[in-house]
Amino acid sequence: MAEFINSRLISTLLGWFNVDALPADHWLGFVLAGLVHTVLVIHVVAVGALVFIWMERKVSGRIQDRLGPTRVGGKFGWLQTLADGLKLITKEDITPANADALLFKLAPYVSFAASFAGYLALPFSDGWVGHQVNCGIFFIIAIVGMEVFGVILAGYASGSKWSLFGGMREAAQVVSYEVPMGMCVLIPVVICGSMDLITIGQMQAGFFTNWILFHDPFAFVVFWVYFTCATASVNRAPFDLAEAESELVAGFHTEYSGLRWSFFFMAEYGSMFLVSGLAAILFFGGWNGPIPIFGPEILNLAYTDAEIAAGTFRLGGYIANLAGCVNFIGKAVTGVTVMMWIRWTLPRLRIDQVMTTCLKYCVPLGAVCFVGVVGWQWAQLWSPNDLHPQQARISVRERGLIDRPVRTEGMARRAEVVKKAAWAGSVPVQAGETR
Amino acid sequence: MMLLAAIQWHTFFFLLFSLLTCGFALAVVFSSNVVRMAFFLTISLGAAAGLFFLAGAEFVGAMQFMIYVGGTLVLLIFGVMLTAHERFISMKTKAGEWVMAAFLGGGLFLLLVRATLMVPQWNAPNLQRDQVAQSEVHDSAAIGAAVSAYRADSLPSSSAPPAAAVPAGKSVYLLPFEIVSVHLLVVLIGAGYLARAKKRNPGNAWQA
Repeated sequence: MAEFINSRLISTLLGWFNVDALPADHWLGFVLAGLVHTVLVIHVVAVGALVFIWMERKVSGRIQDRLGPTRVGGKFGWLQTLADGLKLITKEDITPANADALLFKLAPYVSFAASFAGYLALPFSDGWVGHQVNCGIFFIIAIVGMEVFGVILAGYASGSKWSLFGGMREAAQVVSYEVPMGMCVLIPVVICGSMDLITIGQMQAGFFTNWILFHDPFAFVVFWVYFTCATASVNRAPFDLAEAESELVAGFHTEYSGLRWSFFFMAEYGSMFLVSGLAAILFFGGWNGPIPIFGPEILNLAYTDAEIAAGTFRLGGYIANLAGCVNFIGKAVTGVTVMMWIRWTLPRLRIDQVMTTCLKYCVPLGAVCFVGVVGWQWAQLWSPNDLHPQQARISVRERGLIDRPVRTEGMARRAEVVKKAAWAGSVPVQAGETR
Repeated sequence: MMLLAAIQWHTFFFLLFSLLTCGFALAVVFSSNVVRMAFFLTISLGAAAGLFFLAGAEFVGAMQFMIYVGGTLVLLIFGVMLTAHERFISMKTKAGEWVMAAFLGGGLFLLLVRATLMVPQWNAPNLQRDQVAQSEVHDSAAIGAAVSAYRADSLPSSSAPPAAAVPAGKSVYLLPFEIVSVHLLVVLIGAGYLARAKKRNPGNAWQA
């Protein structure tokens, strides 16, 4: 994008004033591109929270046979969150006398920053990602684990027993649930042989039978384990022990008010969208719809590999990517809605039940499914995925090496490493080639 | 505009993250509250992860987050909160401890500086503008290859397929990796053994 801004936009503008064009690697393009990405992602979190809070009220209302908000903003009360926000801004910002003032003030930002930083590596469509990290899934899982840190700090720094109890429960719960969640995430990684979220998405292109959810029965089961763990790790009911109102007043955010309090909720809704989006990419085909309308099967509008490699721009390809983005957001919002549905349906678990669910059910299920998926791959059993023989996935995974022109010295070096390793028999390099 | 164009942005961000790392490491040393120390340590280690990201080593950076920031520090804070007594909340350091710490830390620091400057390629940092583009390759394939098959730093120069999987004298990192893993496992089991309840009743062991 930086090259595009430099060599197309700015240089065209400068051309009107008869000024020399900028080089493609000029700093201005990089700064502008960075700003565009950051602003877009901030709006996903902020506007997302606006919509989700309104949705939470409507969903809970309907589930409890009420109407929910109806007045603010005309129909359906769709401006309710804005009214809430105004109310929160006008509230007094209180720091308790017992609190550790520095940590008390910093904790909401730690939580929010951790939730927000995960979006850096979350792709919204084919190639539409803040920064394509080669180990994107690992990065996101590592960052999501940071959010608990803000909650613990808030619990400790508030100087209140309720908060401390909430913070400690959160710590115990999130640290435990990271284990089964890591196991579940490992399964798509093992199937695809890549931790790059864009590559994982590209491997599920085509009809919905290509989704990893339908790869084999074990992968189908493990999605539900993943969703349970994800719900627990973002601290949502029925796992919301850190803020159990009936026992702990409001848990870790008892002492918070106004905007600081709302930062915790922005972080919570941001994380919900993040883990749901991760579920969409890992199990539900990411930006690929159930029927590939724009793919080569029907309309043939999406970018081809050669076009992606050359970086060409085409309106049809752009529309296909836009539709992919809508697909992805739709899937992630569906996940968030299901989390709300669960919250208003199931009662809160006790802390020992939470731990039992994690250690006695989720971990063994995850482990069994992991072994099952590896066995399924090893035995090369039937699967609806059309990239099923493992060799076929390599043409997707290594296409950057096979098809793209080698642009830099470092890239050539990497190509050499992989090729030599292929000769040594550890990494097969082309589709159809046997080990 | 001219001033902004003259800045080497890689150097700028390197300095920014190094200052964050070192500054908060110093804050850990000079702070007296254990929980604040842990928080400063988080920022210091996180900034170190930022340095890894800046170098294009995203896998190592994410690993730093996962293990040090996410795992160890959360456990550390958890432990601190469970054992928080008054004398740990604000710790007083005696003069003798300061001298000892300064002596040890300074010695280790000198050793590190010496070791760093001994690598010949690192002696003269003259970064050329066209070399910066190399960090476009954000890849962890070389790490995987180094564990199982090939080390990127010891590739034979010819493009012909080599005779053996690993050339003589250039071992892969599989064995060291396994030894470290087993060592960590032993440490975990040992910690579990030490931490479990001492009082045992053979009649109903589950109540211990």
